[in-house]
Amino acid sequence: MSRTVTPVNRLSDGDAPKARPPFIKFDWAWLGVTPFLLYAIFFLFYPSASIFVRSFESPEGHFTFQNIINIFNRSDILNAYKTSISISLITSIGGALFGFLLAYAIVLGGLPASLRSFLLSFSGVASNFAGVPLAFAFIATIGNAGLLTRAIEAYLGIDIHAHGFSIYTIWGLSIVYMYFQFPLMVLIMAPALDGLRREWREACENLGGTYLQYWRYVALPILLPSLLGTTILLFGNAFGAYATAYAFSGSFINLVTILIGAVIQGDVLYDPGLGNALALGMILIMSLSMVGYAWTQRKAARWST
Amino acid sequence: MNQKRIWALIIFIIGMLYFFIPLLSVFEFSLRALKGIYSFEAYRVAFQDPRFYESFGYSFVWAILTILCSMLLIIPTAYWVHLKLRKIKPVIEFITLMPFVVPAVVLAFGLIRLYGKPPLVLTGSPALLIVGYITLSMPYMYRAVDTGLRAIDVKTLTEAAQSLGAGWGTILFKIIFPNLRVAILSGVFLTFAIVMGEFTFASLLVWPAFGPYMEEIGAMRAYTPQALSVVSFLLTWLSIGLIQRVARGAPGQGQVAGAR
Repeated sequence: MSRTVTPVNRLSDGDAPKARPPFIKFDWAWLGVTPFLLYAIFFLFYPSASIFVRSFESPEGHFTFQNIINIFNRSDILNAYKTSISISLITSIGGALFGFLLAYAIVLGGLPASLRSFLLSFSGVASNFAGVPLAFAFIATIGNAGLLTRAIEAYLGIDIHAHGFSIYTIWGLSIVYMYFQFPLMVLIMAPALDGLRREWREACENLGGTYLQYWRYVALPILLPSLLGTTILLFGNAFGAYATAYAFSGSFINLVTILIGAVIQGDVLYDPGLGNALALGMILIMSLSMVGYAWTQRKAARWST
Repeated sequence: MNQKRIWALIIFIIGMLYFFIPLLSVFEFSLRALKGIYSFEAYRVAFQDPRFYESFGYSFVWAILTILCSMLLIIPTAYWVHLKLRKIKPVIEFITLMPFVVPAVVLAFGLIRLYGKPPLVLTGSPALLIVGYITLSMPYMYRAVDTGLRAIDVKTLTEAAQSLGAGWGTILFKIIFPNLRVAILSGVFLTFAIVMGEFTFASLLVWPAFGPYMEEIGAMRAYTPQALSVVSFLLTWLSIGLIQRVARGAPGQGQVAGAR
């Protein structure tokens, strides 16, 4: 924030200007938001900026690119980025598709209104049911002695874990993440689908368009920005998640967040400079996705009145 | 048209299965502590551990502190922006969305590095933990309050109060807060739900809380963690249920959440 205070003493101005000078009065109203801005500076921006600066710092405090170079030289770190990005892509695209279908089903699918409000309530709970308890729930579901594992074995005679399936893989963790991913999509897409106006549909029909054409040429282009935007949001949501993965797989799956956690907890394999660089890479990816999100939001705003 | 309804129903059922199978599984699992029979043994063990109450109590205290600080920080700001500084609204909105850009782990990392050594050492007090939680709940709190402010005529209320001789404190605490009751409550319950199960900040900043306790039990015992998971789920359900209860009749005050 830059609070521009330009002290202009107009009385002592010798050569009186013809027009009013560029005179910015100090707006006292700014004082009202100062606590909040100070909070944001000290506890949000400054810590983030310090990560940026320190990722270019050697342990002795000199400027260096070594930390950034190290990221690309260490296969464990590169793999962590690869794994984090894979899981985020899988669960954001998968969550977006399924969440959209589900939102479509309850808004336009002709289902009773009670199912709709039930699903929306449940989505609110499920999108909040993340972290440690969620990990335990899925261990009880598809873990070695999980209910679903046992049910499949009892009724279909297949031991999924004997056939190479393990929950401690990218796919296993993706199944867990989906639990909070698609409800978020439902919560955001249901109002967007509500916003599709009846007139658009009727106009399309009057021009001889089929239902498929309506979706292809009218509804989908309108919804595309919010669809993309939410997908990006889901990507960031998965990318930054830590607790669920930590409780679920311990150190079986190395995500970027898990590595950063290891640095904080003093793991000797990672020095602070590397930790800063790791975190920087994360902030960069998240910032990119936020820029993408902001862009789609602007596009989406065209259609809302 | 009928075919469409069938597809909609199928998708709905798949969604419901995804929702309920893990819940059913975790509940069933939590009942299997004694061999061969279903029992509440795991719950008995869970509730017998004094550390359960201790960590739960800590989380409760953190939640209350977070809620109080976050209310004091967010509500006056949102109100002021609404009343006097509409032009910087996008800036404030951007800041409240920052937690989506900076993940909890990264923020914890930055905070520890910065405030773990002089000139300002905050790691010895729970201040950083509360700061982390406030930041975590900021998007939801701000959004809830903002929606509430949109629904009332802030300007008229303020001017009416001023013309009757009310000061800013009276306006804020006796006029604005009560009028935003529903919005604030939904922000409060959501913050409560988020903080009670939070793991990342508490674990990395090494403060006792329910989240790390659950994780620790998960590494030690077999069935108790699932019992705790059920308890935690009921807590989330209760919080969200309360939001929907108080938000009934107040339009557009739903919530969205994120991962932890």
